[in-house]
Amino acid sequence: MSPIIKVHNLTRIFDVSKPWLNRVIERVPRALLTAVSEVSFEVAENSVYALVGESGSGKSTIGKIIVGLVPPSEGMVEIEGVDLASETDARKIDAVRADIQMIFQDPYASLNPRWRVRDIIAEPVAARGGKTEGLAERLLEQVGLSAADAGKYPHEFSGGQRQRICIARALSSEPRIIVCDEPTSALDVSVQSQVLNLMSDLREEFGLTYLFISHDLTVVRHMADVIGVLYLGRLVEEAPRDRLFSDPKHPYTRMLFDAAPRMDAYGREVDPPKGEIPDAINPPPGCAFHPRCPLAVGRCRTERPEMRRIGETRVACHLAE
Amino acid sequence: MTTPILSVRDLVVEIPTRHGVLRPVDHVSYDIAAGEILGVVGESGAGKSMTGNAVIGLLDPPARITSGEVLLSGQPVHSLRGEALRRLRGKRMGMIFQDPLTSLNPLLTVGDQLAETIIEHLDVSQSEARRRAVAALDEVGIPAASQRMGSYPHEFSGGMRQRVVIALALCAEPDLVIADEPTTALDVSVQAQIIVLLKRLCRERGVAVMLVTHDMGVIAEAADRGAVMYAGRLGELGPVREVLGRARHPYTAGLMASTPLASQGRARLRQIPGAMPRLGNLPPGCAFSPRCERAQPRCREEPGPTLERCDGRAACWFPLPRDAKQEAEA
Repeated sequence: MSPIIKVHNLTRIFDVSKPWLNRVIERVPRALLTAVSEVSFEVAENSVYALVGESGSGKSTIGKIIVGLVPPSEGMVEIEGVDLASETDARKIDAVRADIQMIFQDPYASLNPRWRVRDIIAEPVAARGGKTEGLAERLLEQVGLSAADAGKYPHEFSGGQRQRICIARALSSEPRIIVCDEPTSALDVSVQSQVLNLMSDLREEFGLTYLFISHDLTVVRHMADVIGVLYLGRLVEEAPRDRLFSDPKHPYTRMLFDAAPRMDAYGREVDPPKGEIPDAINPPPGCAFHPRCPLAVGRCRTERPEMRRIGETRVACHLAE
Repeated sequence: MTTPILSVRDLVVEIPTRHGVLRPVDHVSYDIAAGEILGVVGESGAGKSMTGNAVIGLLDPPARITSGEVLLSGQPVHSLRGEALRRLRGKRMGMIFQDPLTSLNPLLTVGDQLAETIIEHLDVSQSEARRRAVAALDEVGIPAASQRMGSYPHEFSGGMRQRVVIALALCAEPDLVIADEPTTALDVSVQAQIIVLLKRLCRERGVAVMLVTHDMGVIAEAADRGAVMYAGRLGELGPVREVLGRARHPYTAGLMASTPLASQGRARLRQIPGAMPRLGNLPPGCAFSPRCERAQPRCREEPGPTLERCDGRAACWFPLPRDAKQEAEA
């Protein structure tokens, strides 16, 4: 099956320098933050690809690049075979754009408080001049709210219900791909399960492809088919879900699994991971993980590991086998 | 039996509003012994933070304690006001907040903030206070503590900042620490470090800790006993292994079942229908009854069950049996 999203060598560098005059007076150099660095992966149609990582790992930036909210510095993103950055045919770009939608983390910040739910949900269609009659009502019922809710404002809904409205909005233009950036991390557990179940149902019903961005390993394990682990802007390991959890190859992946709190580990005495994520402006040379890595050898400090394939897994570590 | 460090008896917090009186904390009772961590879980709006704030006297008016008592080592503290309360806070009760950046003063160095607190509460000289401040930073695992005394909060990373907040809460050697979502703003690897640190300090110093969080995994790993709150009431209270592993209140059982677990794979998650009712719109009877699959007419009609009126473990008229397996076999 050909991939619906193809990301190749994606790099995004943000200029976080001080203003020009400050740089001259205080003699500080330009500061460049590499948020995403040479990331390549493919997402198969009708699958769920999850990106996991801690804060600053670049997972949200990749999501934003894919939907086109942030341009890449280098590399390319091909969606349905169209490279959005280099394609010149406006009609083709338009067709692809309509196929991607996004669900954001905070349902309190991502709905316009002055718009009625009907207008919020219909906007992606209305913006393209499509017919919106009865659309919001139909979608509201699809996501488990009632058609009568269309005339209400966002403040009349709870967090879980708002996230359902966000999902209805994402569905309105009949997309094939939905980028979900931490869709449940602002929700309570009992509501989170409702939203995750809804997302699974909709995927089956509409044949959707999800790019699922999350820091929560239990949620990722529940939802994803393939998981990519990011550390400091780089993909360090990628594997099908069961393979990754049964046989994590990168020491960072193992550290993440060990550190995550477990509900069945009463009074567990763990040896917590050492150190913290390094500064992305001045990342360590060689493998970015080496200062925290229990296995690091001399080579890790100087030479950056390339992505290698071992069985079903792709891993960027000199020592993985 | 020795007196528990913290004893909360029938605590009620009320907020008068135009639409009537809301009760974010409704007849809540629990104890915490020295060296014990009580984990308080619940969804947002369940009243868990409000309980912590009521204990330490940080309720924002118009919220106020209208009945019940808070005893610290047997002495009532809920009626203290002004200077007496201020001397107690920080000295005998410490508080750790969720966001370490907003709970430190950005204009003072970390050393000054620690020394200020120590001098305020302990009768020591300036130099002794600074020496103790260094020791406190050292104890929470800040490398090169004496050099970091002159650093400002923004020069620390999130995890290090939370360590400073913990040092600040512990520097006057309190008997009780209230930690309100201390790891929620942190990454998993740093969260694991902070949990281990809290457990170590609790054990070594015999501090009673009230750990408020929404993360069941954190409670399972850190707490000795667990308390589950729902709509301002205590739903279940007991040893953490019992409460999470063999839940007896249908709400706790539902929460546990709706968390994605490794063993469940891709199966559909159990879900609790609906959402927690708003405080101004509580159903009569048990607050959980509209969402409960075990609900009987009694649950909807009689005033809400409390721990005392039930078996002391789960506030439910029809709790799950002590051993679910036995019931299945019977």
